Amino acid sequence: MFSGLELENYSMSLNTFKRLLAFAAGVLVTLPGLALAAGGEKNALNMPVGVTDVGRSIFDLHMIILWICVAIGALVFGVMFYSIIYHRKSRGVKPAQFHESTKVEIAWTVVPFLILITMAVPATSTLLDIYDFDDADMDVLVTGYQWKWKYEYLAEDGESVAFFSNLSTPQAEIYNTDGKNENYLLEVDEPLVIPVDTKVRFLVTANDVIHSWWVPELAVKKDAIPGFINETWTRANEIGTYRGQCAELCGKDHGFMPIVVEVVSKEDYAAWLGEKQEQAAKVKELMAQTFSLEELMARGKAVYERNCLACHGARGEGGVGTAIAGSPIATGELGGHLEIGINGVAGTAMQAFGGQLNDVDLAAVITYQRNAFGNNMGDLVQPIDVFNYKQG
Amino acid sequence: MGDHHHGPAKGLSRWLFTTNHKDIGTMYLWFSFAMFLLGGTFAMIIRAELFQPGMQLVEPAFFNQMTTLHGLVMVFGAIMPSFVGLANWLIPMMIGAPDMALPRLNNWSFWILPPAFLLLASTLFMEGGAPAAGWTFYAPLSTTYAGPSVTIFIFCIHILGVSSIMGSINIIATVMNMRAPGMSYMKMPLFVWTWLITAFLLVAVMPVLAGAVTMMLMDVHFGTSFFSAAGGGDPVLFQHIFWFFGHPEVYIIILPAFGVVSQIIPAFSRKPLFGYDSMVYATAAIAFLSFIVWAHHMYTVGMPVAGELFFMYATMLIAVPTGVKVFNWITTMWRGALTFETPMLFCIGFLVLFTIGGFTGLMLSIAPADFQYHDSYFVVAHFHYVMVAGAVFSMTAAVYFWLPKWCGKMYNETMGKTHFWISFIAFNVTFFPQHFVGLAGMPRRIPDYSLQFADFNMMSSIGAFVYGASQLLFLYNVIATIVAGKPVSDDKVWDGAEGLEWTVATPAPYHTFEVPPKIDPAHAHF
Ligand code: HEM
Ligand SMILES: [Cu+2]
Repeated sequence: MFSGLELENYSMSLNTFKRLLAFAAGVLVTLPGLALAAGGEKNALNMPVGVTDVGRSIFDLHMIILWICVAIGALVFGVMFYSIIYHRKSRGVKPAQFHESTKVEIAWTVVPFLILITMAVPATSTLLDIYDFDDADMDVLVTGYQWKWKYEYLAEDGESVAFFSNLSTPQAEIYNTDGKNENYLLEVDEPLVIPVDTKVRFLVTANDVIHSWWVPELAVKKDAIPGFINETWTRANEIGTYRGQCAELCGKDHGFMPIVVEVVSKEDYAAWLGEKQEQAAKVKELMAQTFSLEELMARGKAVYERNCLACHGARGEGGVGTAIAGSPIATGELGGHLEIGINGVAGTAMQAFGGQLNDVDLAAVITYQRNAFGNNMGDLVQPIDVFNYKQG
Repeated sequence: MGDHHHGPAKGLSRWLFTTNHKDIGTMYLWFSFAMFLLGGTFAMIIRAELFQPGMQLVEPAFFNQMTTLHGLVMVFGAIMPSFVGLANWLIPMMIGAPDMALPRLNNWSFWILPPAFLLLASTLFMEGGAPAAGWTFYAPLSTTYAGPSVTIFIFCIHILGVSSIMGSINIIATVMNMRAPGMSYMKMPLFVWTWLITAFLLVAVMPVLAGAVTMMLMDVHFGTSFFSAAGGGDPVLFQHIFWFFGHPEVYIIILPAFGVVSQIIPAFSRKPLFGYDSMVYATAAIAFLSFIVWAHHMYTVGMPVAGELFFMYATMLIAVPTGVKVFNWITTMWRGALTFETPMLFCIGFLVLFTIGGFTGLMLSIAPADFQYHDSYFVVAHFHYVMVAGAVFSMTAAVYFWLPKWCGKMYNETMGKTHFWISFIAFNVTFFPQHFVGLAGMPRRIPDYSLQFADFNMMSSIGAFVYGASQLLFLYNVIATIVAGKPVSDDKVWDGAEGLEWTVATPAPYHTFEVPPKIDPAHAHF
């Protein structure tokens, strides 16, 4: 027999056990501790309860199952540590030789099974609740794009409202040349706005790859799948700003497409919507106008930074996308440039912006690309040119 | 006769042409350890980038390549081959067989692996970089939106599949045909049982994975639209196929680990396994259930509510046989005479941490709650508790346990225990806080995060660096043992160890059981 096995030499000191025990106790205390720390902003430990009834039920389910696990864990680890401390060879115990007991085996199969059934009941009812899409007061179509969200308010009276919501954290913060603000990576240029105490149904889809629309405090997570429309809903009980992120890996900037939802009073919502509709009407008007090079360049720069920069670079130097500076398309014949901007390049990250940007913005950004980064083509594109190109 | 007793060939050809199960087992084990270090390097890059908010070291595109390769290399390169290596070394010795049933096939199963992983690693240098759609490579991100490396990746998956299927057929053939007379099924050691069941799982699901990647290939190169709605296909179909493979796959990873633990805990408790029969049945039950729970990975894709309910109930059910296993191990320790050598420490570590992973699994199985957990760091914590503290800890235990038998030398116990304690603490420092950030809303697979997650991420990164470094101690200990360990001469290295592998000489001779051993009919099981 290998002599190293002599107990005096090799079994662990009681101190080591105390450490092990202290650790297990630590783990067991941390878990409930986690329960108590309901959602402080900094270093939150637990799932947020959120501001919806569904969120509340989910939180309760989460806590029940957590406590069941803690209880079973305390029992199992308790028995184990008792054994580790008292049934050690170094204490001179003689090993028992018992094994097999059908009674015990049946008990520890049946008891957990019963616990699971008691768990399955509330889980089922919450799930049925989540799946009750009927009687929504309003619908919002949510579309995931690489790497931003588009919100469209459906079936509203008057001018339809649709806009994109992009990350608004500056590159300088991401690349550490500037200090980070408190909403770092969780801020957008234009949030989704919904009224409080209103059942809002979201129709969720995607334009390119699969994304997932997740706002923890609204207790909503639904995959956005190209070609399919998923349903989900929420009813926020409290006015406030709620932040979330894309939850399904969707390519390079998966980590940079946050979601911000402003829940406002019903009056504020009506006012906001009215303003939005007015704006939409204004864009329609703008479409009929002609702009100067300066106007187009200024607008185009903003559009570029929001939509193109991520792939084509701040100086048009390229990246995921090709370089714009000196590009044969941006310095070539206008038709080719319009084609790519409007219809994209199938099967690549270059999207069809024709459906995403209005004609004014398209005209501006194409003008910008042709005249910035040393391209200096000198030609300008008017909204009407874009309109005509789209008509074929 | 003379031909039968030859020793190993000399030089490189010994390893290239070997059909000896011990040589092949050794190669598998070293290869998987190399992959463990490679996948670990990728993990270190991930954790270094996540050390602080902001982008510091790598670009987001490269970050995605790292998470993808880390997962693929760890699952297919480190964990799976390591257990195949263990099976090769141990199954013939445990059932009293002279070798594996199909030795030449065995040689091939191993030797196609290194080129496959070389190819996979080489995609890092391709234009567009390595695959970056995650180890679960959901379409269409992995198909029409992927770079050129996806084609190589598909080829690699095919090779790995072939290797696994050949390995499994070999294990099934060996267990079914090569048991020593008197070694009935219900006498086989649990490690053999769990591997037999695992081998059936592998044969059943690797072709499914092969089907998935072949459809991807068609979509990418031959104009089909299996996974594209625009052409009449369905991106969710990919997930169904993937997880029909993927969920049994996680049990492919953990069942052999269960086997290892079921050998080691009785040895250091000096007491037979509490319920041998029920352990066998529980393993079979888990294997069966693993085929009908796959969509618990897909609660948020928009399944009909009846589907959600079915998969929720089935998944919750898996906790029952899993619980039976844990209760059995604990009852085995109960009133034993315990000692705590390194293999036992790793098994106890397994028991505590795997159980925690099982608990979070149970939490994840609750579909409504999973709407909050899904694709967050909570899931990352869950599967590292079951795969690292589960599979990797038990594999480590296995190496310490059988190494003296394999090389005839004893490892340094102090160093082994140090390795355990550093691993155990560092593992928890790394992964326990991930539960918190996940619950608080941090999505997985992101290269940068908002400020409220900063402290726990830094903790996680520090833990990861320490855990990573402690594996070098393991490597050193193993090499030092092989080169200059204290010789062991007893057949039965550990006083509580049971089983035929402990009846052969130490170190185990190149050929064992050329004459089948006599099995004592009174022996209940091994
Ligand atoms: C009691 C047993 C278990 C249950 C009930 C369970 C349940 C689950 C559920 C519901 C998920 C999906 C979570 C989500 O994505 O939202 C999940 C994920 C996962 N589980 Fe488990 N699990 C168990 C044990 C295991 C074991 C033993 C392993 C492997 C050794 C494992 C490995 C994984 C992996 C790898 C994932 C994540 C896959 C991915 O999305 O990348 N689980 N588990
Ligand atoms: Cu699963």
